[in-house]
Amino acid sequence: MDFLVYLLQLVLALALAPLVPGIINRVKAKFAGRHGKPVLQLYYDIAKLIRKGEVISDTATWVFTAGPVVSMVTAVLALALLPLGGVASPFGFNGDFILCAYLLGMGRFATVLAALDTGSPFEGMGASREALFGAIGEPVLFLSFLALVSTAMSMGIPSTEVSLSALFCGFSPLAWVAGRPELMLLVASMGVLLLVENCRIPVDDPNTHLELTMIHEVMVLDHSGPNLAFILYGASVKLWIFAVLLAGLVIPAMPVWAYTLAMLAAVFAVAVLVGVIESIMARLRMHIVPALIGLAGAVSAFVLILTLVR
Amino acid sequence: MFNYKETIEYSALPLLPMEELTVTVTDHCRRGWRMLAFFGLEGESGREVICILGHAADQMLEAFRAPMPARYQSITPNCPQAHLFERELAEMWGVKPEGHPWLKPVRFCPAFEGERDSRPGPAEADYYRIEGEEVHEVAVGPVHAGVIEPGHFRFQCYGENVMHLEIQLGFQHRDVEHLILKSPAKLVLPIMENIAGDTAIGHSTAYCTVMERLAGVEPTNRAHILRRVALELERLANHTRDLGAIGGDTGFLPTSSWNGRITGDWLNITSELCGSRMGRNLLCPGGVKWDVDADLAKALVKRVQATYRDTRGSVDVMLETTSVLARLEGTGTVSRQAAADLGLVGMAARASGVDMDCRFDWPLCDIENPALSKRVPGSGDVLARTLVRSQEVDDSAASATADLTFLGETSGSEPVRSAMPEALPAGRLAVALVEGWRGEICHVGITDAEGGWKAYKVVDPSFHNWTGLAMALRGEQISDFPLCNKSFNLSYCGHDL
Repeated sequence: MDFLVYLLQLVLALALAPLVPGIINRVKAKFAGRHGKPVLQLYYDIAKLIRKGEVISDTATWVFTAGPVVSMVTAVLALALLPLGGVASPFGFNGDFILCAYLLGMGRFATVLAALDTGSPFEGMGASREALFGAIGEPVLFLSFLALVSTAMSMGIPSTEVSLSALFCGFSPLAWVAGRPELMLLVASMGVLLLVENCRIPVDDPNTHLELTMIHEVMVLDHSGPNLAFILYGASVKLWIFAVLLAGLVIPAMPVWAYTLAMLAAVFAVAVLVGVIESIMARLRMHIVPALIGLAGAVSAFVLILTLVR
Repeated sequence: MFNYKETIEYSALPLLPMEELTVTVTDHCRRGWRMLAFFGLEGESGREVICILGHAADQMLEAFRAPMPARYQSITPNCPQAHLFERELAEMWGVKPEGHPWLKPVRFCPAFEGERDSRPGPAEADYYRIEGEEVHEVAVGPVHAGVIEPGHFRFQCYGENVMHLEIQLGFQHRDVEHLILKSPAKLVLPIMENIAGDTAIGHSTAYCTVMERLAGVEPTNRAHILRRVALELERLANHTRDLGAIGGDTGFLPTSSWNGRITGDWLNITSELCGSRMGRNLLCPGGVKWDVDADLAKALVKRVQATYRDTRGSVDVMLETTSVLARLEGTGTVSRQAAADLGLVGMAARASGVDMDCRFDWPLCDIENPALSKRVPGSGDVLARTLVRSQEVDDSAASATADLTFLGETSGSEPVRSAMPEALPAGRLAVALVEGWRGEICHVGITDAEGGWKAYKVVDPSFHNWTGLAMALRGEQISDFPLCNKSFNLSYCGHDL
């Protein structure tokens, strides 16, 4: 039964993922005094791109075409490891957070390789930035996971059952009230991570047309047609993953139907929040971005130390 | 030496030997004179080069001419502001400045005569290169991702850091100076208005001023004030758009979107004056074509004030956002020394602390304008260039309001157009210096024996300032280029002519 419920939630998440960028764009449009493009625009775009032809450079190899597929599939697989609404993921296992992190890392690796494969100097620059920020962001993710794991073990969750489903399904609010409020800080560092990993302002500007300043967008400049559709869809799934991680930290345990609704509401709230952030602040200068990620890492490390000394 | 409003007899200029001209020019530049124009022309007895210098403190100009040599000792090593003028001279007339540190074509335009077919196309040239294991080269353009003009940028990068940027333009070359000489008199004004589309009023003001100074016609005060209104409105529209674009490049959405709309409001006010949003067909030699009556003036004052309120509010939102200020501060700095050495002009120079503004240094008329003042922040970074614009928006709106109010109160008091003579006096030279919204626009007109043009030189502020952009990028992050570029917002076609 749980398996069916989870499957339903997974299908729902995969179907609704392209809605998130639509909501962000609508929020930004409202701030700018515009009506904005349709909330469903990404669906239209994907439907259009799937039916289009594709132009591939003569110098590109199979690595170039494999990039989008790998990054999309890894994002979907990573999502399937997460609890999506009160039910443990049937694919989860002890220590699955490491797999989750490296599935995302693998997607990034494929995108970076595809970008380098084109030989364009822009894409090379974008790839180098993505690799750098990815490398700095990874420890932040693991420090956050570690803090959760260490709290979970000291609160009596057996060390054989430490999975994403155990950590991100009402556990964190339970820990807050059980005298471990330091986990609240993880919301901040995971929030920063969401912005970094999904290339949102203040780290990257998803709307810019200026190749020299882009990070993620510049790596996919040469992709077109179905492959671009895969990239766009994969990016929206990745945004959903981080929104779910954030939601999993704050939603307390409740009945499955209520949890599912709360999860959806939280994901859309994150989308609105990202839209607001993008509307009210400017990008950071690129050499300050590592400092921002480092700050998130410091917060997570601080939480980890607090959980260890207790 | 002559006052900037006077004309001089061209043939009365002594014909110096080229060596003496270079020494004199270098000497003047060392004493604080600025090179306004340096170009070649067909003289009575063979080709000549002429150099116009200006000294703002006492409002004096100086002109030197020499017979055109095949080669001469370059001025640039001692006087860097001559570098582009010498390249231009070499390209158009085949004169070789020996010892020029970076001699290559400016626009890849065909020469005034000869070897037309053997010329390379735009940007087909050697570029400055830095060799090394980890050095990489990034080439951008001439086709860009945005809807902008074409230009080629080459970065020599070490990681994210730019060691050198070389800017190669010329894709917009329309042979403007040649067209001016060839065209019937009636067609010249439309050409002037299209030298740089966003500076139609600036360039037409400069052209009209040259014509009037040559003809000895002084436009009425009313015409002068109307021109000033038009110039300030052009400045307001462009500054508003640029401030929005700077917001856009930092990823700051609100100001970027709002200013897009407000720019349209400013342009619409200009269109009330003459029917064209860009201010085309407003000016004519002798004055302006359309007067403003009391009702229109009153309505325009209201619109200027309302649009100014919108602009101020929108820009303040940006300038009060710390994340934007952090992005702008210390980015793309041009030192005062570099700005002065390279002869930067206009707001880019003022941002670096060079105290120059043609509205004060070389005023077009004697009518006081207390609303305006020189804005010289001096830190030379993107923030300074943003602040210059923001402060000038205040000044220009106040100036336009005061002038329009005055025009409304005195409507019908005097004509706005004075009669021009049939032909210009023969063999005279006049210079016009106008502060367009980017900076100093310099036009030099020399008439021939029949009162037609012997030579007409146009120097757009962008001609000086592109080098400033290249300097701003030294040691900066390559990801800051678009922002630096926007903070200068130079014209490609104004440079390419």
